[in-house]
Amino acid sequence: MIDYALPNERGHFGMFGGRYVPETLMQPVLELEIEYEKAKKDPEFQAEVKRLLEEYVGRDTPLFFAENLTKHSGGAKIYLKREDLNHTGAHKINNAIGQALLAVRMGKRKIVAETGAGQHGVATATVCALLKLDCIVFMGEEDVKRQALNVFRMELLGAKVVSVKSGSATLKDAVNEALRYWVANADDTHYLLGSVMGPHPFPMMVRDFQSVIGNETREQILEREGKLPEAVVACIGGGSNSMGMFYPFIGDTDVKLYGVEAAGRGIDTPYHAASLTKGRPGVVHGSLMYLLQNEDGQIQEAHSVSAGLDYPGVGPEHSYLKDAGRVIYDSITDEQALSAFQLLAQLEGIIPALESAHAVAFALEQAAKMKETETLIICLSGRGDKDVDTVRSIIKRGESQ
Amino acid sequence: MNRIQETFKQLKENGQKAFVPYIMAGDGGLGCLADRLLTLEKFGASLIEVGIPFSDPVADGPVIQQAGIRALANSVSLRDVIVELKRTKGNISVPILFMTYLNPILSYGVERFAEDIREAGIDGCIIPDLPVEEEDIIAPLLEKANVELIRLVTLATPPERIEMISQKGNGFLYTVTVKGITGTRKEYQSGIGEFLEEVKRLSAIPVLAGFGVSNEEQARELASFCDGVVVGSRIVELFIKNDLQGIEKLVSSLHKETMI
Repeated sequence: MIDYALPNERGHFGMFGGRYVPETLMQPVLELEIEYEKAKKDPEFQAEVKRLLEEYVGRDTPLFFAENLTKHSGGAKIYLKREDLNHTGAHKINNAIGQALLAVRMGKRKIVAETGAGQHGVATATVCALLKLDCIVFMGEEDVKRQALNVFRMELLGAKVVSVKSGSATLKDAVNEALRYWVANADDTHYLLGSVMGPHPFPMMVRDFQSVIGNETREQILEREGKLPEAVVACIGGGSNSMGMFYPFIGDTDVKLYGVEAAGRGIDTPYHAASLTKGRPGVVHGSLMYLLQNEDGQIQEAHSVSAGLDYPGVGPEHSYLKDAGRVIYDSITDEQALSAFQLLAQLEGIIPALESAHAVAFALEQAAKMKETETLIICLSGRGDKDVDTVRSIIKRGESQ
Repeated sequence: MNRIQETFKQLKENGQKAFVPYIMAGDGGLGCLADRLLTLEKFGASLIEVGIPFSDPVADGPVIQQAGIRALANSVSLRDVIVELKRTKGNISVPILFMTYLNPILSYGVERFAEDIREAGIDGCIIPDLPVEEEDIIAPLLEKANVELIRLVTLATPPERIEMISQKGNGFLYTVTVKGITGTRKEYQSGIGEFLEEVKRLSAIPVLAGFGVSNEEQARELASFCDGVVVGSRIVELFIKNDLQGIEKLVSSLHKETMI
């Protein structure tokens, strides 16, 4: 066991994290920190979060023993934490509920959010519909084209989706626009950031709201196996599902934690999203973290078949845990993820999100190296309905070649 | 006394206000940077802000974003700008300030950055994504190199914080006069004059107003409440149109003869 109490009062995880924001945003982030600390200690607030997570989201999510997958890999017992069964189909809503309730508590009735693939945007629009909050979602023009169905979903839920044409017109530019919007509208608007990134207190707060994943998993596995798992595996884009899964296990040093980044077409090509594996520390979007950047410090585009992992940075806490050696970070290519996507569908009747398929691919390799008496848990962060079109067109292309 | 302080002392003695234009280094190619600086000095700029292009400029509006994209398309880096200014050092006599986001500095190396920009004759540095809470990452190095870190306050900054921030600097206090990002505005929100006067009262150092200044009238109005103005997007636009007359009119708008 180790004691772990990060971030410090300045929002730093070692050298990472912090609040690298324009002065205009200092008041909003300081106010947010104070309000969040109050809410955290308020039993009424916590009860309301819990109630919505149970009655609206459908928690607890099951911990499923994947017997067929286990036989296939021939090693450790593999369990799946079924975040794909949450309302809206992914873990994103855990955080959206928490932050939206916090916004209401702060008297802010307008929400701005960024989205890449659209999962966080849909989760945010959903909660805003429920709580009668105005919702504006910034989304890169490229992603708007690639994820037309999710754009329609958000609009159906009453959100206004703004297509971002600046920069590379993807997730990082959507974050820029959301930050610019917040700079101008912080008086009545809360920025509902979707991952464990951005200025303090966001990385800590999003981690806390997502920790429901790891807390449930810990209880469930102790009940089923009578012991903690030997390994826990989760995918990493910005890093929210993995941080929520890992956090309750950080003190248990016997539990190996594996974070899986997107290697895209390969980490030795320019087309990947492996910020921890190939990036170096830098500052963007309010935080010091590992970043894909060129030698002049210009932020580079990330690439992955999975839009949710397609981000050039990674949360500051992951950056810290990498340097501290507590979490092992590795990467999985598009091709490996696509195979795992199909394999899980065939073996277990579960179609995972392409993001989660990265974790599945890595876990299969890892489990094979482990003993049959050991257990490994995969955070199945989302379901794959959103990706079937993408996968179908890739398989078709493969067949025609 | 550094050159920025000397400039403000001189302005005060002459009963003048400061006009600080901004240009994006590398917009139009790095070759025109020295010329543009000379032009601005000739028209009467008190200090000049030189922007460094960055891929993700969250504090900037469309005009400066586009200027940055053009500069990056010309492959202009922080390193190139420092080398160019070092080469042309001595051509102009007004103080030069860098306006750069933090990451290009981190990538360049903070220690080397502080030393190299001093050698290139840069007098000060504005880092819009570096609040005072995080400035230890570079402030001591800039101080050692005798480069002034210019800090910002905004409409959202409470009085005690304005006072705290102003006490950290020796140059001037950059006061953001809009709730939002850079870019021209038709008008300011009411009470902007009172706000500037309040900042002026709290600040131990000269106070400049910036963000959103679009024309001579606005420049004169804002300057009447403080020690001068910074104008960015409008200058960038005028350079694109090569409207030198327009630039001259704007930059000289605070000269005594035009103030009457």
